[in-house]
Amino acid sequence: MEDCLAKKMEITVSEAEKRTGRNAVNMQETYTAYLIETRAVESQSEGQCAPVDSLWRRYSEFELLRNYLSVTYPHIVVPPLPEKRADFVWHKLSADNMDPDFVERRRIGLENFLLRVASHPVLCQDKIFYSFLTQESGWKEMVNETGFQLKADSRLKALNATFRVKNPDKRFTELKHYSDELQSVISHLLRVRARVADRLYGVYKVHGNYGRVFSEWSAIEKEMGDGLQSAGHHMDVYAASIDDILEEEEHYADQLKEYLFYAEALRAVCRKHELMQYDLEMAAQDLTSKKQQCEELATGTVRTFSLKGMTSKLFGQETPEQREAKIKVLEEQIQEGEEQLKSKNLEGRDFVKSAWADIERFKEQKNHDLKEALISYAVMQISMCKKGIQVWTNAKECFSKM
Amino acid sequence: SSGPKSLREMPHPLATSSSEEMGPALTPSPDLLQPRSIADKDLSLPNGTPVDTSSPASSSSLLNRLQLDDDLDGETRDLFVTVDDPKKHVCTMETYITYRVTTKTTRAEFDLPEYSVRRRYQDFDWLRNKLEESQPTHLIPPLPEKFVVKGVVDRFSEEFVETRRKALDKFLKRITDHPVLSFNEHFNVFLTAKDLNTYKKQGMALLSKVGESVKYVTGGYKLRSRPLEFAAIGEYLDTFSLKLGTIDRIAQRIIKEQLEYLVELREYGPVYSTWGGLEVELAEPLEGVSACIGNCCTALEELSEDMTEDFLPVLREYILYSDSMKNVLKKRDQVQAEYEAKLEAVALKKEDRPKVPTDVEKCQDRVECFNADLKADMERWQNNKRQDFRQLLMGMADKNIQYYEKCLTAWESIIPLLQDKPETK
Repeated sequence: MEDCLAKKMEITVSEAEKRTGRNAVNMQETYTAYLIETRAVESQSEGQCAPVDSLWRRYSEFELLRNYLSVTYPHIVVPPLPEKRADFVWHKLSADNMDPDFVERRRIGLENFLLRVASHPVLCQDKIFYSFLTQESGWKEMVNETGFQLKADSRLKALNATFRVKNPDKRFTELKHYSDELQSVISHLLRVRARVADRLYGVYKVHGNYGRVFSEWSAIEKEMGDGLQSAGHHMDVYAASIDDILEEEEHYADQLKEYLFYAEALRAVCRKHELMQYDLEMAAQDLTSKKQQCEELATGTVRTFSLKGMTSKLFGQETPEQREAKIKVLEEQIQEGEEQLKSKNLEGRDFVKSAWADIERFKEQKNHDLKEALISYAVMQISMCKKGIQVWTNAKECFSKM
Repeated sequence: SSGPKSLREMPHPLATSSSEEMGPALTPSPDLLQPRSIADKDLSLPNGTPVDTSSPASSSSLLNRLQLDDDLDGETRDLFVTVDDPKKHVCTMETYITYRVTTKTTRAEFDLPEYSVRRRYQDFDWLRNKLEESQPTHLIPPLPEKFVVKGVVDRFSEEFVETRRKALDKFLKRITDHPVLSFNEHFNVFLTAKDLNTYKKQGMALLSKVGESVKYVTGGYKLRSRPLEFAAIGEYLDTFSLKLGTIDRIAQRIIKEQLEYLVELREYGPVYSTWGGLEVELAEPLEGVSACIGNCCTALEELSEDMTEDFLPVLREYILYSDSMKNVLKKRDQVQAEYEAKLEAVALKKEDRPKVPTDVEKCQDRVECFNADLKADMERWQNNKRQDFRQLLMGMADKNIQYYEKCLTAWESIIPLLQDKPETK
């Protein structure tokens, strides 16, 4: 971890700005640009700070970066981006991408993404990533020149295709199953949490009505008036307190969302393994059938049905020379095939090894992060309870003076 | 109806053999709900209130009850009435609930120092009507509503019966506290008669006493000017019942929102548990969070129940109180109007009799009596109202504090669980 970029460079996404421009089809559009600031971390010897470099990027460029990383490092669980559109909203939050709260949370999410990549032992060394942080113009061209798009298209198809793998590594099968379940349960959790937040908001806000009616009532009372009036004020405080409470909870929801999307990345790695394994099995199968063909031609026995065999029977046998030529071609193919199979096997084993290493790293990170998230959630709840006790105790004191 | 059974024939609330007769959902008497098994006599306060230490709110209510006792012109209390022990009676024609009314007294107006009778709601209703008739210049406390408004409420459910019992207990205690009403003959009979029905039929005969047969003209007289203080009371009552109505609606809305919040929480908690089932290292922390949310659900349920059972009924009682008070004010206006009209009639006749006719004198007496009684009752009512609302609102605050304290305990207790490192296990 000592070599990772995060240790050498301070990275922040410090600002967000609304922009207007022309898009690919020359139509005017509004979008948000984010300011990425980087600064080299100096050793503590001098009190001087290195100068800050900065550049602006929009969300689609982040997406491009992530696609590039996913395709180029298929064995890595690539950190996810914050959501493209506001999802799991409860009524108060706007689903509008231009909403300042959404933009702010996205800014934090994008910064988190960059930090995740920068602290990953493999990803942080990528040059395209480095350029993303430091080179404003010409970066898009640089990415496209890597030609990753070709791989990207076939990758996308593969991720969604269904095929039967005969001998997958069991660990990956189980892990894929786990990632599916994890996505399902976190989605459910986020949906219900949003509803819970909505209802809690209602409970608190209705108490605000007490403030008004106590005030009105206190006007006609002599001895009770002061107590009622001041208690009413506390009810107003109570009603207002829910806004901050729920805003803080959104950060918790964002932490869960990150792992919801991480589950997708995990699944992609498992699928990649399946794809490679399938590819390997197909290649092996192809090789076996070619060997068989060769043998048949050499010995003259037909064990398997083939159209060529039938046609030759019908239209006459081949000459020995023709057969020799065929055998030669097949033998070449077989040799090629065997080499390919060997390298595919090697590739497959390497993939399994390096992917599993990253998966173990990811598991530890996940357990640590989610534990921290749960702790912070519990702390939020404790704080909310304490505020509630405080407000009602104050109100009780006011009532006691009635 | 076979009428109320004598005490000896009553099945013991906890006797299993008579459980069919009792009905499925009946509350045993409040004192039996306490973890202690001592009889209620040892646990109740001098004024008959059973000791209920289930929440700080009720102990503060006890203190307030004791303070109320100072009201009786410095006299020490000599009459204590309690309503408890609801029982279900199933007869051929109907099913109904009776309550035990216990009286302890040293007053000479009572033959015995102690009484225990069983009464049903219609008996209380009868008493109230009799009091209104015989003491028209006084404010009679309200009874809980006769008919259940919301169609779904079960008349025989534990909650409904208990809420009603509390209201009936309050009703009798308010009468007991009143220096005039507590000496009313009908009240005495209500507390002491073994067979109230016989007395009810004889009731007409007692009404012939002078002073009790005051009939008031209903309408027909226009009031010239209402004395300022009664006008002010009228205005106050109008605004007061308006505000109470608003508070009632707000409280109901809060309960509704809380129950909807509860529904979502009940789905929320178990999802953490499901997640825990997928994990290894996170299994315990997630399970812990799930259990914690479950505890919060329980606490919230208790809060909503308390508010429904304790808070709303008292609010509604005071709205009824205001309404009946406005009726008394109207009666007062009528008495004054009658007096004014008669006075005017005499003046118009221009008879040179030096004396004012006794008829007009009687009216004047009536007006002055009424005004004096009403004024005294209003003052008493205002004071009681202040204490009742102080207690009610402090109780509401208390219940909310308790709710948050329960949740706080739950969340604080799982912090060490969440922070626990797997190696230390």
